[in-house]
Amino acid sequence: MRNIVTIFQKEFRSYFNSPVAYIFIITFLLFSNWLFFRTFFLAGQAHMRPLFGILPWIFLILAPAITMRSWAEEKKMGTIEVLMTLPLRDYEVVLGKFFSSFLFMVLAVVLTLPLALTITFLGNPDTGAILGGYLGACLMGGAYLAIGLFISSLTKNQIVAFIISTVTCFALLMLGEELVLMSTPGMLVPLFSYLGLGAHFESISRGVIDSRDVIYYLSLIGFFLFLNTLALESRKWK
Amino acid sequence: MITVSNLSKYFGSTMAINDISFEVKQGEVLGFLGPNGAGKTTTMRVLTCYHPADAGTATIAGFDVFEHPLEVRQLIGYLPENNPLYMDMGIVEYLEFIARIRAIPSSRKMKQIKHVIDLCGLGGELGKDIGELSKGFRQRVGLAQALLHDPAILILDEPTIGLDPTQIIEIRGLIKEIGKEKTIILSSHILPEVSATCDRIIIINRGELVGSGTPEEMARSAKGGEITYITIRGPLPQVRERLQAIDNIKEIAYVDEKEGGLHHFEIKSPVGTDVREELFFLVSQNGWSLTELYQKTANLEDIFLQLTTSEG
Repeated sequence: MRNIVTIFQKEFRSYFNSPVAYIFIITFLLFSNWLFFRTFFLAGQAHMRPLFGILPWIFLILAPAITMRSWAEEKKMGTIEVLMTLPLRDYEVVLGKFFSSFLFMVLAVVLTLPLALTITFLGNPDTGAILGGYLGACLMGGAYLAIGLFISSLTKNQIVAFIISTVTCFALLMLGEELVLMSTPGMLVPLFSYLGLGAHFESISRGVIDSRDVIYYLSLIGFFLFLNTLALESRKWK
Repeated sequence: MITVSNLSKYFGSTMAINDISFEVKQGEVLGFLGPNGAGKTTTMRVLTCYHPADAGTATIAGFDVFEHPLEVRQLIGYLPENNPLYMDMGIVEYLEFIARIRAIPSSRKMKQIKHVIDLCGLGGELGKDIGELSKGFRQRVGLAQALLHDPAILILDEPTIGLDPTQIIEIRGLIKEIGKEKTIILSSHILPEVSATCDRIIIINRGELVGSGTPEEMARSAKGGEITYITIRGPLPQVRERLQAIDNIKEIAYVDEKEGGLHHFEIKSPVGTDVREELFFLVSQNGWSLTELYQKTANLEDIFLQLTTSEG
């Protein structure tokens, strides 16, 4: 546990050791605010749906950008050899890295809270939906990050990690979209719509916190973190 | 302290190390010598539990490296090849991170960090990020990292590579200093480095162990005989004939004719013999003149070349 915390702190600090973190957060806030306010005054409705509606798409770029360097850089610089010869268990490093990227993303999301305050001030929004939206955003973001971390652990190249992660998340997101479901064979539709990343978020962000949705995201995170640990352990396979 | 038996490792179908066995006693400084790609790094990575061997075992202080990797890692201080570091961390920040992973109690932590900073001469650079340091200082940071938890065993993979001569001498001095108390394995492809710092040497080539012993032992065993060089001014056929007549001489090779009728010979004689005096008398009796006469003692370099190039 202590080791996880140590790795977590080191990783989290490393985000802010370079200007990337700041550029990144500012870009994210610019985009989300712009996309939110673009329709907000036109629609004249006090809810956060414009933001939460596009969040799965913003995360598509955001999450892989956070995770791309996580393992790829360690591999490229060779620091993974230092890390993996310290008295640490593989999963401790994986969890430390995951939680630091998760906190970073939560931080970015939390910085959109002024939007929520604005609409509370201007109108009378559904607080449940807003809270649900934030919870859902964190869960969904966590799933994106777990996928991104796993893919970063497979390559030395950050750009490759970024692109493959985006494509993978995109594929998972599209899996549950109407467009794809319409052309899938009937028996696969329930499976696809369950596996799709977006639908669960939609239902949470309506303010309905269904344990199935929460479990879906948690198991997705767990699965990819497990794969991540396996990928690290693969160097030890005989 | 360290026992390696019949260790083999393959990468795909390429053999990296093949059936290597050796032992390192407590307090010994072992030099790991071999040309590039001989399997030094691979062996060290097995010992530090970075990757497992395909066959054979390695135990460190009684712990098997595959069964008890955490215990082994806690015992070892490791400086990997090329000294990878987190470039955007500060020196103290990095050492504090390592200290926490190494579970150094916080009461001792700062004292220990200060100790290795002094030991490695990093005091003047503390304000900088690791990425801003020169290569020599980065190497010291790597060494400080390896020494931080006061490990019983140090494994250093090419600790002086890429440094300038002054830095090399400094790092070597540091290793010698540390080696008084600790067990060290040090790899290198630079011979003087190993002969200057190590108690014992192991030479590996193409994944196989080709020789081991103290530098002196190796010099003695590897030498096929004594080699004497002589340069004589005199009539060549006669000189050659009379040289061959000397008892102890096994083989005479004519090296070249230097300007002014000087003839340079390489003379081989059995181990432990010294033919220099006989040669001197031969020359003086015949009224030739002698410009050069010396016996060469085989150095590590010769042994190394002999052992690593024999298979062609």
